[in-house]
Amino acid sequence: MSDITMRVWRGDSTGGDFESYTIERNEGEVVLDVVHRIQATEAPDLACRWNCKAGKCGSCAVEVNGKPRLMCMTRMDTLPEGPVTLTPMKTFPIIRDLVTDVSFNYEQAAKVPALLPPPMPVDGYRMFQQDVERSQEFRKCIECFMCQDVCHVIRDHEENKQHYAGPRFFIRHAELEMHPLDTNDRREYVREEAGLGFCNITKCCTEVCPEHIKITDNAIIPLKERVVDAHYDPVAWLGRKIRRKTKTSATEAAVQPAP
Amino acid sequence: MTSVSETKVQLGGTRGGPDVATLRQDRWWIQPVVTVSILTAFIIYSTWAAFQGKNYYVGAQVHRDLISPFYSPCIASDCVAGAKSGFALNGWTLSPALLILIFPLGFRLTCYYYRRSYYRAFWWSPPACAVADAHSSYSGETRFPLIMQNIHRYFFYAGLVFNALLTYDAFRAFNQPGLGFGVTVGTIVLTVNAGLLWAYSLSCHACRHLCGGQVKSFKAHPIRYRFWKFLTPLNAKHMNFAWASLLFVAFTDVYVRLVASGAWTDFRLF
Amino acid sequence: MTTIENHDYDVLIIGAGGAGLRAAIEAKQQGLRVGIITKSLLGKAHTVMAEGGMAAAMGNVHSEDNWQVHFRDTMRGGKYLNNFRMAELHAKEAPERVLELEQWGALFDRTKDGKILQRDFGGHRYARLAHVGDRTGLELIRTLQQKVVSMGIDVYMECKVLQLLKDSNGHIAGAAAYWRHTGEFVTFSSKTVILATGGAGKSWKFTSNSWEGTGDGHAMALWAGSELIDMEAIQFHPTGMVWPMSVRGLLVTEGVRGDGGVLRNSLGERFMFNYVAPMFRAETAETEEEADKWYDDHSAGRRPPELLPRDEVSRAINAEVKAGRGSPHGGVFLDIGSRRSAEFIRRRLPSMYHQFMELAGVDITREPMEIGPTCHYIMGGVKVDAETTATKTPGLFAAGEVAAGLHGANRLGGNSLSDLIVFGKRAGEGAASYIAAGGGSGKFKQSDVDAAIAEALAPFDRVEGENPYDIQRDLQDMMQANVGIIRTGTELEFALSELDKLTSRVQNIKVKGGRAYNPGWNLATDLPAMITVSRCVAMGALNRKESRGGHTRLDFPEAVAEMGSVNFTQSSSDGKWNGKYQIEGKPIPKITPELKTLLEEAK
Repeated sequence: MSDITMRVWRGDSTGGDFESYTIERNEGEVVLDVVHRIQATEAPDLACRWNCKAGKCGSCAVEVNGKPRLMCMTRMDTLPEGPVTLTPMKTFPIIRDLVTDVSFNYEQAAKVPALLPPPMPVDGYRMFQQDVERSQEFRKCIECFMCQDVCHVIRDHEENKQHYAGPRFFIRHAELEMHPLDTNDRREYVREEAGLGFCNITKCCTEVCPEHIKITDNAIIPLKERVVDAHYDPVAWLGRKIRRKTKTSATEAAVQPAP
Repeated sequence: MTSVSETKVQLGGTRGGPDVATLRQDRWWIQPVVTVSILTAFIIYSTWAAFQGKNYYVGAQVHRDLISPFYSPCIASDCVAGAKSGFALNGWTLSPALLILIFPLGFRLTCYYYRRSYYRAFWWSPPACAVADAHSSYSGETRFPLIMQNIHRYFFYAGLVFNALLTYDAFRAFNQPGLGFGVTVGTIVLTVNAGLLWAYSLSCHACRHLCGGQVKSFKAHPIRYRFWKFLTPLNAKHMNFAWASLLFVAFTDVYVRLVASGAWTDFRLF
Repeated sequence: MTTIENHDYDVLIIGAGGAGLRAAIEAKQQGLRVGIITKSLLGKAHTVMAEGGMAAAMGNVHSEDNWQVHFRDTMRGGKYLNNFRMAELHAKEAPERVLELEQWGALFDRTKDGKILQRDFGGHRYARLAHVGDRTGLELIRTLQQKVVSMGIDVYMECKVLQLLKDSNGHIAGAAAYWRHTGEFVTFSSKTVILATGGAGKSWKFTSNSWEGTGDGHAMALWAGSELIDMEAIQFHPTGMVWPMSVRGLLVTEGVRGDGGVLRNSLGERFMFNYVAPMFRAETAETEEEADKWYDDHSAGRRPPELLPRDEVSRAINAEVKAGRGSPHGGVFLDIGSRRSAEFIRRRLPSMYHQFMELAGVDITREPMEIGPTCHYIMGGVKVDAETTATKTPGLFAAGEVAAGLHGANRLGGNSLSDLIVFGKRAGEGAASYIAAGGGSGKFKQSDVDAAIAEALAPFDRVEGENPYDIQRDLQDMMQANVGIIRTGTELEFALSELDKLTSRVQNIKVKGGRAYNPGWNLATDLPAMITVSRCVAMGALNRKESRGGHTRLDFPEAVAEMGSVNFTQSSSDGKWNGKYQIEGKPIPKITPELKTLLEEAK
């Protein structure tokens, strides 16, 4: 079989450039297999992250020919002819070669107000399949952070990282907002702190999700609609006033601290 | 109001990879080009059609009752007989389309799907996934005017009124003046048009939310759960309905216009 | 001497999988200062790979289920080599541990009346596995991870521990490590250390384990003076993919065979009929016609031989390959496509269908899969106290796959996830009570740190030397060939002599490049542990002259009653990875009369 050429970006915070590796093509390989072979032969110090190599841990996200992909789930024979370009995820600061500093995401994770359930009955909670299903979809997330990488709000506008949680955390907020046990009202938080309004629903997060989570349709837009209920819809506001509903409005119910 | 706490992130860290707008080698620009072409064509056509003020109604003289969706309800005081709705705005003699098109247009302008499309195709924010944004600053939908996108649900309500009116128009078209009940190509066009508009409205994200998505417990709201279950697969096809209904509403106007101008005969099937 | 970054804790946890995170939550709730170190990012641990579920006798589906039955199943599955007390605690406490996960956000699949749904699994008498589709491990790790984050526990990510540190009394006092992203060294001083480093499958060529499964915890505990038991007990799953490359080692669920998939050799023969051992003949079909009837109606025929226990099937596959009737890439064929409709396969095995379609371009509705045994789980590990998970080294605790005892000679599916949460919590408690009793100084010897650093940096200083990847490949090939599913005394002795050679080769590694995020260097620091674990497995296997559970000797094919009451226990007197280890057979803990009655009732 013919050889393949991999153009791999190599470098660190002081700069870098593409380096080409030409290597024999093997049948049935994924990009990660080829990177491993480069490591085992020409470049043992080529840095990349990986763990499970089965699409379940989300470690090996890089940009393959300019698009975020999991290296372990991208078969070489699905890529067009010609050299394959590998670059680190663009949105996060570089550590080395294909490895980026994804701590932005862990900072965001630390900010999420925890689940606030009612006290547990002795024999456990009762929840129903139709109610857990919505949140279960979001819990499929393997935290590859490709949605965060592709989201132009932070990919192209570094300054937004301060007040924008990103798609991965919108599905986390949606998961908690729809969680049968959660007693927090998270709508004001999502608008105010997580920066939901910055999202212009251009759906790239959904396009790149390796778990096929409908991030935009099932999490972000429902959250936006919930924020409208709580904040923008004058009739909903009036309705709450007139009917004196016991459910506290979002502005009144500040998100409570974690238990 | 809660104060915004900023996330402690190190800003301006050096990024890896080459400093280029995109490394994509596929034809990512096709989608924006197609979107721009179709939407621009639609806008030009609908503007032209709205200013015509004629050929929007096929009436009793040819034994038909077909009205263009752009002109229904015909509320201008000088609407042609037969097309005129029960209510008319005194003194408004411009095309009624200029008034009524605001609502369907607003519905589509604030639609979550169309937003995705025009932010990408017209505003290049971003032009395609992993292709750099064309603007140096970005505030999304957090400020005026884009914060107004949040009133989408009111346009959805208004859209329902128009759907009802256009359904009524389609229904009425089957009763052909002087001939009685009959099916013509025109009646089918109006019916399909109304059907697609319903599909577009029902598959709307706001609709899905209002009908069931907003409840905390589906178990406690079984009827709303059934609504939601019904709407969810439709919602997944919102994009298809958006394009189909847009193209078909223009086609319906073209068809009525051709028949009204005499350039085309509305064929009677039975 | 330069100053090194140091962090001080009461409880230092090495490993951020299910056991480590659960231990951290417990220790933090007891008011202790807790730090977690992980080689990868938080949430990437091997726990995410678990699919089926976690076993807990909650009785939500079958109300007859209770801890006694679960205990019995676990002991029987482990061929009675288990630590009975661990099996008892595990069976008793698992339900509570599972329920508590829901307070932290876990969302299991539900029964009609809103309880946690439980599913059937091999070796479990009742439907017992709490699950979320086929991604239960991910649910467990995400739940614990989010709890840990909300509690504000410090997590040191991409930080690789080189060695445990002790104080002058020989008590655990911390660990020496390095940051992967900079290559700088860091020390942790701590009153206690909990090992939760998971498995060791990376020493084999065909493995379902990731690069992390290098047995660091096993090795470091041994070096620190603790004992390892049952290291020969390794679970090889019969159906792991061998081809294409992209799915090598990846598991193929037993459900494929349960739904009609059959094993064929290169001649197209359904060879399993030739490998039915006498003890299974009465319950196994003799002809293909009889076996095929069973799938539709279990009373119309006896079980197909493809559904024999895992070790039987693995052995048969191995024999076919050795006889030259294997598939082109060294496995055999698992065929369901020619036996079931495409629609049936897509409905019953959706994740398998997609896994092969996306990863391998193999349409399992039309093509057979190439499969072979793959290294899956190590039952052996650090010998711990059942109540506290304490090891022999004061202040050192171990939980999860790195610890031994619960599973005996063979683990039942679903028991590993519940192991993590039951003994993870106990490890946290154990560490807390050790500290409460005044244990732990946190004063390690600087000279140990210096020695660890010098050893880690040595590969940079050599002018000439070997690529660590070559050594790793040779180790994996050698272990696969000689310490695989079927073992013989000759091969094991050969393996030990090969390990000696590999040991000296590791001492001659040359690392290219700098220290920052250098995978070659990282591998060089992993290899001592991999060699240590490989040696212990080979030693254990050589000494256990019988076949039992996850250990099969061609030269001793039967179980020997006397060996059923012995744990082969290994220790190191000099604490050096390239030193000499001792092995001796020690009696397993004596079971209490009450529990013994339970076991006898079942027989």
